[in-house]
Amino acid sequence: MTSFASDKADRPGGDPAARPAAEPSARPARARTSPSGTAARLAARAASGGMRLFLVLVALFWLMPTVGLLLSSLRSPSDIASSGWWQVFTAPAQLTTENYRDLLANDAITGSLVSTVLITVPATLLVIVIGSFAGYAFAWLDFPGRDWWFLLVVALLVVPVQVALVPVSKLFGAVGIFETTLGVVLFHTAFGLPFAIFLLRNFFAEIPRELLEAARLDGAGEIRLFTRVVLPLGGPAVASLGIFQFLWVWNDMLVALIFADAQSPPITVALQQQVRQFGNNVDVLAPGAFVSMLIPLLVFFAFQRQFVSGVMAGAVK
Amino acid sequence: MTGTRKTAADARHDTEGPRPRSGPRSRTRSPSRSGARTGARTGTRTRRTVTAAAFLLPALVLLGALVVYPIGYSVQRSFFDRSGESFAGLDNYVTLFTDDTIRTAVRNNLIWVVVAPAVATALGLIFAVLTERVRWGTAFKLVVFMPMAISMLAAGIIFRLVYEQDPDRGVANAVWVGVHDTFAESSGFPRARPLPVHPLEAAGGGAYVTKAPVRAGEPVALPLIGVPPARMPGDARPARAPAASGGGISGTAWLDFTRGGGGKPNAVDPKELGLKGLRIEAVKDGEVVARTTAGADGTFTLPAVADGAVLRLPASNFREQYNGVAWLGPHLVTPAIIGSYVWMWAGFAMVLIAAGLAGLPRDVLEAARVDGANEWQVFRRITVPLLGPVLGVVLVTLMINVLKVFDLVFIIAPGSAQDDANVLALQLYRSSFGTDADLGVGSAIAVLLLLLVLPVMAVNIRRMRRENRR
Repeated sequence: MTSFASDKADRPGGDPAARPAAEPSARPARARTSPSGTAARLAARAASGGMRLFLVLVALFWLMPTVGLLLSSLRSPSDIASSGWWQVFTAPAQLTTENYRDLLANDAITGSLVSTVLITVPATLLVIVIGSFAGYAFAWLDFPGRDWWFLLVVALLVVPVQVALVPVSKLFGAVGIFETTLGVVLFHTAFGLPFAIFLLRNFFAEIPRELLEAARLDGAGEIRLFTRVVLPLGGPAVASLGIFQFLWVWNDMLVALIFADAQSPPITVALQQQVRQFGNNVDVLAPGAFVSMLIPLLVFFAFQRQFVSGVMAGAVK
Repeated sequence: MTGTRKTAADARHDTEGPRPRSGPRSRTRSPSRSGARTGARTGTRTRRTVTAAAFLLPALVLLGALVVYPIGYSVQRSFFDRSGESFAGLDNYVTLFTDDTIRTAVRNNLIWVVVAPAVATALGLIFAVLTERVRWGTAFKLVVFMPMAISMLAAGIIFRLVYEQDPDRGVANAVWVGVHDTFAESSGFPRARPLPVHPLEAAGGGAYVTKAPVRAGEPVALPLIGVPPARMPGDARPARAPAASGGGISGTAWLDFTRGGGGKPNAVDPKELGLKGLRIEAVKDGEVVARTTAGADGTFTLPAVADGAVLRLPASNFREQYNGVAWLGPHLVTPAIIGSYVWMWAGFAMVLIAAGLAGLPRDVLEAARVDGANEWQVFRRITVPLLGPVLGVVLVTLMINVLKVFDLVFIIAPGSAQDDANVLALQLYRSSFGTDADLGVGSAIAVLLLLLVLPVMAVNIRRMRRENRR
């Protein structure tokens, strides 16, 4: 499916339909058929130059907000209060890592980063495990009403989390896990499941039946079949799902705002509490926001392909 | 989403031909147990069902308790009043359209749903088509897609910085003021004024005039006070007396104030700066006969025609400095936040559309070009219509996404503007967890959001069923 450069669909058994056409540079320059010679060629070249210039400007424009945050995070509080981050270009001496040192010495912030990890990792693993169990059942096990159950899961794909905020907070309150990490993890897992099941079921269903049959003839039970054949073949789909879910939970603020322990909130909530006094604490907010972005950006650059297919597929959530 | 997933997962099915559909193993397996007694077969079936149940149980429990049950709860709760004890009928739903703050939320959501997806998709289309032609298209896409990776919270903080009111700190206003001042000349000296001992007096409307007409050959003094040192032009130089200038009028306009004291009023003291750029008009019988501006050292000259005129310092010199736009004020806050959303999501539209572009039949485009169609015609008449389905998918995905926008508004809109920037998801949060919570109204909003995504849910189900039948 979609990615920036290569467009190889992840699926077991290779992808004969991989389309090199998605590589922009791989296509031959388009034929110019204009007979009127130099003038037309010049005009075309000018147009193409204008287009390039436009794209460069757009790219700079798109980068500017992030660069602004980064440079702001590298300036002292008094510099931030008195002038804009672009002053750095004429006065590079302003740059300092002071804010980051303060931030890392701030227990509330480092604690919230730990909370984020403690929420994100289990919520991702649980979705993968529970989702692949269910996906396997829907793809390869025979039971009454299978298609109906699956339709129900598909229906739940687009349910907004907002619908569940109040009821689940009551429910968690009754069970005693309101404002705990466990509650946040369970909530994210539940709302990650429809997409996970949908994605994995469709992927598992592509596994050649002969492989499964062969394993069964060798006497493998369902569990063994699942762990030894299906899961390894499902690697690419599991990777896309894992990356999507990881980023979804890592970046979440709303669910954590309601369900997380107020004493150890994840980084998004910790920063959100700071936003109320915006203006006086850019020296905390800017580096904080940048630190919270680091992991997602690393994931983004390291796993572009899985990232894009995951985000593309899960965008409605 | 639905459609997106169609392009992703389902596209594979379309190309792959028939798939194992109904119970992949039931039939193939039975021959190996040929002659199995009925009892054994039911036993097998039961065991299979039990196995399946074991595989499904964790998922179904979580989905049932945390997704399905809440839907029922919210629907039911939305028909009860604030306390939850008495049945309120449709009152809560009526409130959605009568309460002023909630009506603002509904109206803003409408603006969001119409504007944000359309703008993001249009930009995505433009970027996708243009980057096809450049070698570094992939790098460009990375840059534009990058915001998808970060949290809405981080994006919110980023744009709080961008939209800061003070043009010295917020880049949006810095640029805006820069552009504004290029076209409307900036006023240099807000709050500058003469002292009573100075030879100037107020002329109404914020302008000042000389108390007496000026004469050729007599240097004119135009002293003012009240300009903070930081506001003086950076290149202003110490003022000096004018060189005599033949038949014309010459003089000095300067800041009659010596830092640290020691200056004499009405005299050009050594450290006093010229009012560079001060506009000066010579007025005779109510008509401007000549105008000039003061130099860096404050000196100016006027032609001989100004002899006998009164010199006027027009009010434009003293207007408050233009301070940019209140991006996060009541009127612009929603468009401003939509801007930040587009920044995040245009890359999404671009990548999906680029994938669609890559799948277009090249020969059709080439044929049109060979037939003499120009690039615009090809784009307008062939590319866009062929991309129709992809564009639809992108638009619908973004609309669903925009319906639930919360973080960006919550973070970017300052407390004072949150009522003006209100959206349904924010109102739901306030109604459910705010200080004067009304769970009835909160639930009604939740149900409204759910109703709005129902059509998409229906489309999803229809497509799955069609596939199952195949």
